Amino acid sequence: MRPDYAGLLSALRPEASLVLGALAVLGLDLTAFRARSLVERQRLALFVGALAVAAAGAEALLGARGPVFGGVLILDPLAVAARIGVLALTLLTLGVAWGAAPFRQPGEYVAVMLFAATGLVLMAAAQQLLVVFLALELASLSLYVLAGFDRSRPESAEAALKYFLFGGMAAAFLLFGFSLIYGVTGSIELPRIAAQIAVQGASPLLLVALVMVLVAFGFKSAAAPFHLWAPDVYQGAPAPSAALVASASKLAGFTLFTRLLWPGFGAAAGNPAAHLGGSGWLPTVALVAGASLLLGNIGALAQASLRRLLAYSAIGHAGAMLLGVMAAGRSGPAALFYYASTYGLATVGAFGVITAAERAGRCELITDLAGLHRRSPLLAACLTVFILSLAGIPPLAGFFGKLTVFAAAIGLGGIGGPAGGLALLAIALSAVALYYYLKVLKQALVAAPAAEAARIAVPRVTAAALLAAAGLIIWFGINPGELLGLF
Amino acid sequence: MSLLPWTIYVSLAGALLSLAAGSRSHSLARWTALLTAAAAWTLTLLAAARFVPGPGLQTLADCPWIPSLGVRYHLAADGISLTLLVLTGLVATAGVLFSWNIEERTGEFFSLFLILVAGVYGVFLSADALLLFAFYEIAIVPKYFLIAIWGSTNREYGAMKLALYSFAGSAAVLAGLLWAYAAGHGGGFGFAELAQAAATLSRHQQIAVFALVFFGFATLAGIFPLHTWAPTGHVAAPTAASMLLAGVVMKLGAYGCLRVALPLSPLGFAFWQPAIAWLAVIGIVYAGLVALRQEDLKFVIGYSSVSHMGFVLLGLAAANAQAVSGAVLQMFSHGVIAGLLFAVVGRMVYDRTHTRMFADLRKIPLHRLLPFAAAVFVVAGMASMGLPGFSGFPAELTILVGAWRAGPQWASVAALGVLVAAAFTLRAIHLSFFASMDGPQPTGGTHPPEQVLSLAPITLAEKAGALLLVGATVLIGLKPDLLLDWINPALQSPLLQAAFKGGAP
Repeated sequence: MRPDYAGLLSALRPEASLVLGALAVLGLDLTAFRARSLVERQRLALFVGALAVAAAGAEALLGARGPVFGGVLILDPLAVAARIGVLALTLLTLGVAWGAAPFRQPGEYVAVMLFAATGLVLMAAAQQLLVVFLALELASLSLYVLAGFDRSRPESAEAALKYFLFGGMAAAFLLFGFSLIYGVTGSIELPRIAAQIAVQGASPLLLVALVMVLVAFGFKSAAAPFHLWAPDVYQGAPAPSAALVASASKLAGFTLFTRLLWPGFGAAAGNPAAHLGGSGWLPTVALVAGASLLLGNIGALAQASLRRLLAYSAIGHAGAMLLGVMAAGRSGPAALFYYASTYGLATVGAFGVITAAERAGRCELITDLAGLHRRSPLLAACLTVFILSLAGIPPLAGFFGKLTVFAAAIGLGGIGGPAGGLALLAIALSAVALYYYLKVLKQALVAAPAAEAARIAVPRVTAAALLAAAGLIIWFGINPGELLGLF
Repeated sequence: MSLLPWTIYVSLAGALLSLAAGSRSHSLARWTALLTAAAAWTLTLLAAARFVPGPGLQTLADCPWIPSLGVRYHLAADGISLTLLVLTGLVATAGVLFSWNIEERTGEFFSLFLILVAGVYGVFLSADALLLFAFYEIAIVPKYFLIAIWGSTNREYGAMKLALYSFAGSAAVLAGLLWAYAAGHGGGFGFAELAQAAATLSRHQQIAVFALVFFGFATLAGIFPLHTWAPTGHVAAPTAASMLLAGVVMKLGAYGCLRVALPLSPLGFAFWQPAIAWLAVIGIVYAGLVALRQEDLKFVIGYSSVSHMGFVLLGLAAANAQAVSGAVLQMFSHGVIAGLLFAVVGRMVYDRTHTRMFADLRKIPLHRLLPFAAAVFVVAGMASMGLPGFSGFPAELTILVGAWRAGPQWASVAALGVLVAAAFTLRAIHLSFFASMDGPQPTGGTHPPEQVLSLAPITLAEKAGALLLVGATVLIGLKPDLLLDWINPALQSPLLQAAFKGGAP
């Protein structure tokens, strides 16, 4: 078969736009913008970056479909939707970063963010193990840099180091797992691997390889017991970086691993109705999901730091999304995609509120939000939407994400099956979750502002990004069919 | 009838408008809220005037909402929902009138109030269990903020307890609904579809599904021993919120039990019927006895709400047409009476005297200072005791007669509760308004302190609200057929009949 370079080039136009945009940002920052003030340089870089992301989004929407370059990439509806979702979340993150205090190298910050987006967009479509690994590493290495970008705070360096060490370990596991899979099946192409596994059945060596892949998945999705990096990264990283780690990176990660697990290793999944002890990767995912639900929701109860609370809530949500992964084989990825993308919107928004609030003082503890309704009614209103969506209150999108995922999970072998039992656990824990989410909103909406707390001026671009995120959450909540009907 | 869905939309629009108006002036926000509440109430009355009673729900709007799950945006009404819709409009309008003195964050207060009201209208209009659930949850969050921001005694504790109890109850409901839904292989969330799906489950599973849904809803209806959120929440809430909470929101729970849980699994209901009936009876008597011992006037009313809601649950548990029609009538009656009692205690008395403790109130000659409040409280108390001529009488009597036919043992103990209710109501009336006539006080001397002698007079808004509610309870007390003529045909619907046959001996 002749390699189809023209097809590859046309399919990779979103990635190309992002890379060109990143180079343009770097170049302009070094030349034309050099003489300007830090704030202006930051805004110009963000503006150019946003243009590149928007162009990439348009190309992803209008561009090619189907397998690319002999199946190295696949542009099926899930990949296209996930690419657009990742780019939209990146765009919102750039809008959020508009209001952040500028770093010493604003151009580089935006460029690295675009590189991260490139990796994430590739992850959404990758279908060959080498490309999978490269895309994952491109995204991860960029995110490590983003997490450690604030050199004025030691916490930022700590976040980057922890993230890097855990990430490096996870990447090593993933690579080892991939090499074992290659050894067992003789291929790195996902369709061929699937065909081979269907013929061979699940051998012990294959299961070892799958568990290693799941370790990397657990790291990427911040699921227990691979979650230890999450609270420190969420707390230490600059708020826009944390927003990207918590939203776009989650969406791309879940898309990638769902593709690996179901179309790729689906034949080794095991019986979804069987309890633990059955063979296959489903029982392992079920264990990780249950651990994440419990640890995330109960850990969040004890947090005094707002960002750590969001991190533990993310762990809990990862558990719920893993339920969606388990159910994706039977009922399709629609529920999972809906959950992950609307969850991303809510977390970008929450970190956006933190970014904006940091302009007028500290915003570390939950109590630092006190009196937000006086200091900035806009931020308070947006935060209410984001937090209530995370808590799963209708008519916001978070509720329908939970609903569809739980309905799919219960459909997977009834309420007595492991997935159904986990869905019941998740429903019960959502009542626990309401407590800590209300604790945040109590400070923002009920408590009076501290004496020294100043009004918060929100830049217009950030306000627009936050309103867009809140509006999308309400829109997709009232019309869940818009996203659920995509697949 | 086709006007009814507009009650939801009008209330939501009014919520946005009063939020916007609140940033201009407080009184603009008040008038916006009053006009909205009155407009929505007028809509329910117009619909009621043209209502033709019949069995089964009359569809008002129906279109697919989440096609992949089979969820529909299906609004419908019958005599039961219409009764409760009219009640909601009445209590909401009176609630706005009794919150005329809110000066702090006025726009936000009325905005949250109207969102809560919109959620309540939505629940009573839903004919799809998931839609009903969505509206039910929409009603939970505003309650938290209404209490936590504008409440009194121990408000943050009361608000959080109430929100968590409500949410835990609704989580149980969601689990049960999804369970039944999955059994039907994703057919949909219509009441009949869910009942068919649940019928395919084994007996033990049906019992579990029914328990999840029924007790989830019953938490909000204040079933013993899950009632403890109610007194603390009602006491902490600002006046209008306690009126809505006791008057309407507790009915959401009872309505969910009647509309969703009972038809869901007649088999499960048959198993749980005695337990529910006994819990209801225990609630009636226990809450009444606790109310007898309270030293805080608002706690007396809070516990009396739990006691009266016990009658509603008893009526549902008895599961024959008579008892259930009495239960719906009692929902209306208690909604009006509880609203009235909380209005007197929270707005007329507490906002003026800044105390609700009997020990303090007995030093103040309230019956002379606030004769209107005293008169309204006596009337409301008589209605609450179930004296003939007020709505509580036909309601509780119908329930007791119906319950007697299902199980005389329940009816006899519940009748004891009526006596207890008379005792705690008379005690509350005496200690709050008339105890200063008992002769010289041990501590205060013959002359009460100067500052309490100059209580602000009852405002026009308060008088209007009180007269609305008193009028409603007297009207239904004298002519209960007004409502029973709507309710009884609705009970003939096949779904409810199946539930009654499965449950009643």
